[in-house]
Amino acid sequence: MDIFLQQIINGLVIGSIYALIALGYTMVYGIMQLINFAHGEIVMFGAMVTITCINVLVGNHISLPGPLMLVAGLVMAIPVSMLLGFAIERIAYRPLRRAPRLAPLITAIGVSIVLQQVASLIWGRSYRPFPNILPQTVHNFFGAAITDLQVAIIILAIVLMGALFFMIERTRLGRAMRATAQNPEVAGLMGVNINSIISMTFVTGSALGAVAGVMVAANYDQAHPYMGFLIGLKAFTAAVLGGIGNLQGAVLGGITLGIIESLGSGYLGDLTGGFLGSNYKDIFAFLVLILVLVFRPSGLLGERVAERA
Amino acid sequence: MHFAFLKTPRQRQIALFIFAAVLLVLPWGLGATFSSANSWIRVIDFALLYIMLALGLNIVVGFAGLLDLGYIAFYAVGAYMYAIFNSPQLQAVMPTWLQHPPFLIMIVICGLAACVFGILLGTPTLKLRGDYLAIVTLGFGEIIRIFMNNLDRPINITNGPQGIDNVAPVHFFNYTFAKPIDFLGLRFEPVYLYYYLILAFCCLIIFVTSRLQYSRIGRAWVAIREDEIAANAMGINTRNVKLLAFAMGASFGGVSGALFASFQGFVSPESFVLMESIMVLCMVVLGGMGNIAGVILGAILVSVVPEILRDVINPLQQGLFGRKIIDPENLRMLLFGLAMIIIMLVRPEGLWPSRRRRAELHPSATISEQENAGLQDAERTHG
Repeated sequence: MDIFLQQIINGLVIGSIYALIALGYTMVYGIMQLINFAHGEIVMFGAMVTITCINVLVGNHISLPGPLMLVAGLVMAIPVSMLLGFAIERIAYRPLRRAPRLAPLITAIGVSIVLQQVASLIWGRSYRPFPNILPQTVHNFFGAAITDLQVAIIILAIVLMGALFFMIERTRLGRAMRATAQNPEVAGLMGVNINSIISMTFVTGSALGAVAGVMVAANYDQAHPYMGFLIGLKAFTAAVLGGIGNLQGAVLGGITLGIIESLGSGYLGDLTGGFLGSNYKDIFAFLVLILVLVFRPSGLLGERVAERA
Repeated sequence: MHFAFLKTPRQRQIALFIFAAVLLVLPWGLGATFSSANSWIRVIDFALLYIMLALGLNIVVGFAGLLDLGYIAFYAVGAYMYAIFNSPQLQAVMPTWLQHPPFLIMIVICGLAACVFGILLGTPTLKLRGDYLAIVTLGFGEIIRIFMNNLDRPINITNGPQGIDNVAPVHFFNYTFAKPIDFLGLRFEPVYLYYYLILAFCCLIIFVTSRLQYSRIGRAWVAIREDEIAANAMGINTRNVKLLAFAMGASFGGVSGALFASFQGFVSPESFVLMESIMVLCMVVLGGMGNIAGVILGAILVSVVPEILRDVINPLQQGLFGRKIIDPENLRMLLFGLAMIIIMLVRPEGLWPSRRRRAELHPSATISEQENAGLQDAERTHG
């Protein structure tokens, strides 16, 4: 029982990180019907910048409480990621808004490679350990272990999602975003500045991505310039699982995928009699993705949309 | 391949003849010019392999317009298939008559195996739209790689991350490509032998794709790329035709994978990472999606230029800054990424596009041209 509960907790933690990243994918997709392939790299930049900042603080013997250092790192990382998101949209996607579908997809892949290589030039190819600044207390939760960090990740994720939903549902900007997602031309006629709304969508998604990146780095105790690909792909799977373009769906999909993955990797060895071990963990996301797209392309919460060629 | 500046069939014949002659003596020419000729011929051998790969991907991406980001998986299937049958890896369990099958049979087996995987990938993804398809194929490529990385337990099939070593070189009857062969008073080093072998397969694939291009199937692919619903309405069985594109592209990948395994002598999952898929895609995009000559140009550029850069960049950096600032490997990938962005923004039809593709991407500029000549005829003569 406690192993089961432990896997559920781990799944919830990683799932809420997936959900935060998936929100970035789904927001952009909702507005532009475009998969922002470079989103994973934005997440990676968030993690790398934060680690660098904390290391600089530690290196200069500035002793602050651990969480405060983390906040300082985030304060640096979030604007960097936002700026990246803004620039990516401006350079790679905006000029191609009316081009055939394949074109922005290929530039997106190009941008993601460029960001990866730039990161690897700045920080080198190796793994960066996450600085050991956070308290490591472990709580007993009905026989399963949960750390302060895990609690903090879940709470922060819930707060951020709440803030995002408030912004989308209750503010002027959110209303403009929803209008643009429904019909850009009509929204434009109603006085919405489409270009700035699209920029804002990228920027918001990137900010969430930066926070998620730091969570990934803290949770796995490391970060590296090539981490964006896998985490981005999993988060994209989460977005598809929930129904792409649907914000609640992204959250649901993220948490579901997190739990599937951690239960799967926990029990795979037993289920297959040791034939497949936890080293196949990464396959789950891909399998879920393929199965969802084949059997229910609209996702768990998505509406069936007419095919757009 | 047709060239607009060669007007008469006779001129084209002569040009083709000269071109073929140059290709035949190329390794000897390099051997006479460079002291490290063998390494350059190796580079060219790989370039030829990449041309085959790019032409295979071109069928899927260029002709049929299905963005495949996991194409390298088929290359991997072909390479591993070849390696397993031609190395000591499974010798203990495999019946003797299965070991070291004749080369040509092995090539066919590898092509077919990749073809099966292509259909395996194609069947569930037929209904998917462009961007979803891209993600699913990417996932498929990763799944194949993860399996190759982990299938060393409980039964050791792929030998895991270490890969399969000691893959036997190509052998025809009593000849083996392991050591130089003396023929007509010339000494053919193994790299030379592989050059001619891969060149032959490359020419075969170029021939097949260029015949396919204007065949019924090729036109059906283009029709699906341009408008799937309209193509369906015109009586094209879009499901079968798309599957055929996947299967065909995959089998080309499988054949080049087999050649790769025999040439390289070992295979490991590291050769089949996502970046390789993207590199092949970069070749197709850069050269000009859908145009065979363009894709060949793209493949040569993307595979040879980095090798030249490697030779130039490090000494240049040493001279300018006194130390190594940019790793050539990083620089190579950085340039690929930038090339993909810039090409899509500035010249989405690629460096050497087909006329049809240019018309598709710049509708206003070519309307009068279409009215004058008729698009089909224009493409058939100038390609």
